Amino acid sequence: MAKVRTINLPHYTAYPVHICMFKDVKNAAFLRKQLLEANPEFDYAFLDPTMILTPQHILSATLLSLHLHLTSRAKTRTPHSELVFRLHPNNNIGESYRKFGISDDSDRIIAVKLSLTPEITNESVGQHLGSVVEGESVDVGEGVENVGMWCDVEKVKKVYKLDSNGGKGREGGTAVNGNAPTNERKEMEAVMSGVITLKGS
Amino acid sequence: MASESADPLPHAPESQYTHTLPLPFTNSDLAVLTQGAEALVYRTTFLTPHTPCVLKYRPPKPYRHPILDKRLTKARLLAEARVLVKCRREGVKVPAVLGGDWEMGWLVLEWIEGRTVRKVLDEWVHRLGLRARDGRDVVDLADEVVQRDEGEMRRLLGLMGRVGRAVGRLHEVGVCHGDLTTSNLMVRPPGDLQEPGPERTEDDLEGEIVLIDFGLATQTIHEEDRAVDLYVLERAFAATHPAAEHLFQEVLRVYGESFKGAKVVLKRLADVRLRGRKRTMIG
Repeated sequence: MAKVRTINLPHYTAYPVHICMFKDVKNAAFLRKQLLEANPEFDYAFLDPTMILTPQHILSATLLSLHLHLTSRAKTRTPHSELVFRLHPNNNIGESYRKFGISDDSDRIIAVKLSLTPEITNESVGQHLGSVVEGESVDVGEGVENVGMWCDVEKVKKVYKLDSNGGKGREGGTAVNGNAPTNERKEMEAVMSGVITLKGS
Repeated sequence: MASESADPLPHAPESQYTHTLPLPFTNSDLAVLTQGAEALVYRTTFLTPHTPCVLKYRPPKPYRHPILDKRLTKARLLAEARVLVKCRREGVKVPAVLGGDWEMGWLVLEWIEGRTVRKVLDEWVHRLGLRARDGRDVVDLADEVVQRDEGEMRRLLGLMGRVGRAVGRLHEVGVCHGDLTTSNLMVRPPGDLQEPGPERTEDDLEGEIVLIDFGLATQTIHEEDRAVDLYVLERAFAATHPAAEHLFQEVLRVYGESFKGAKVVLKRLADVRLRGRKRTMIG
């Protein structure tokens, strides 16, 4: 049984979001194969934790995916693939999966599952993932505050084209740079939610 | 125009209550914060229950053709969001974009704690009790009171300087606000003490300047647009109180030193003052 945290997004409380994290994963190749074969049992968003910066980062992409899915404007087949797609600033689904999805040798994974039907609950997700993911479940935290703990900040900066100098540098740059890491992440996520929102427009 | 901080119009064409909010806010039962000419502004939460935010909704205009209406709404929301993201990237203090849907006409922005420069100035004026009672010029009176309280004046000029620098930074990155009034400048309390909290009187002149309401903003580097931004702000200062008008000199002084092209803009401002915001278009 994996430790799953369930989040209620304001305004979409009817569709809870289940998130869990694994380390020392041995069967990423198997999980990825299920995704490629579109096995309906494995309709999850499996994400690379090095690419997830903060709760706001993952939740803004999740909310938009859910919203687009429910209003029939999603670009991909499921809200879970939409989430992987939404995270990347570009409009290329394959590239999104390469950057934000898992690879055959991933040993750390974030799994996201949207409750689109009432049968999908914290328990059902925990049970299923606990049985199919060969790895150690790690607590995401009550407010999923740990989602960013394995983040590779430089990699994220590159994908979202965030210069470490905050654009042209100068005055504003020092605000982005040179501050405590939490502050840097706050500044980064502020731009990233905007980029995710503006994607494809 | 979408002056979210403007006072609600006394004879607003449509009542705020007749609007049904778009998904996902339809059943959220939100109270209107302010209303501009084109947008309704609500306070709510987004992504997590403890993330306060501003929801800006541009309802469909019944007097416009539906197709045109959709296009205009989309174009204006997108322009606003793009400008905000650009500013954020460059380190200009503006609200972050948390989410949006152009087809449905909504945009969710970061909540900015604090009060508007307009409110801060009003309270300052009120605090000094600047009333032209015995027929004396209020401005003289202001100078007199101000000289009595050097510390207050220093902090006030500090605030003006920060306004000048904030506007300078905005112009420097190639954005003009389009509706730069004292109501669209927020003073965000310093540090993490951003709780609404008890009434602050002593330190309400401290805090960083955050620019809000980019509904009319454009990406431009023309000195004319920049000068018009300053001119509009100058008029807003003058409208607040005669005593506030001369404070604006400090805004301009710091603005002038804030980026390379600023001096030219100040020269242009002199022309704009003579003719007003609208340029005569001949030929």
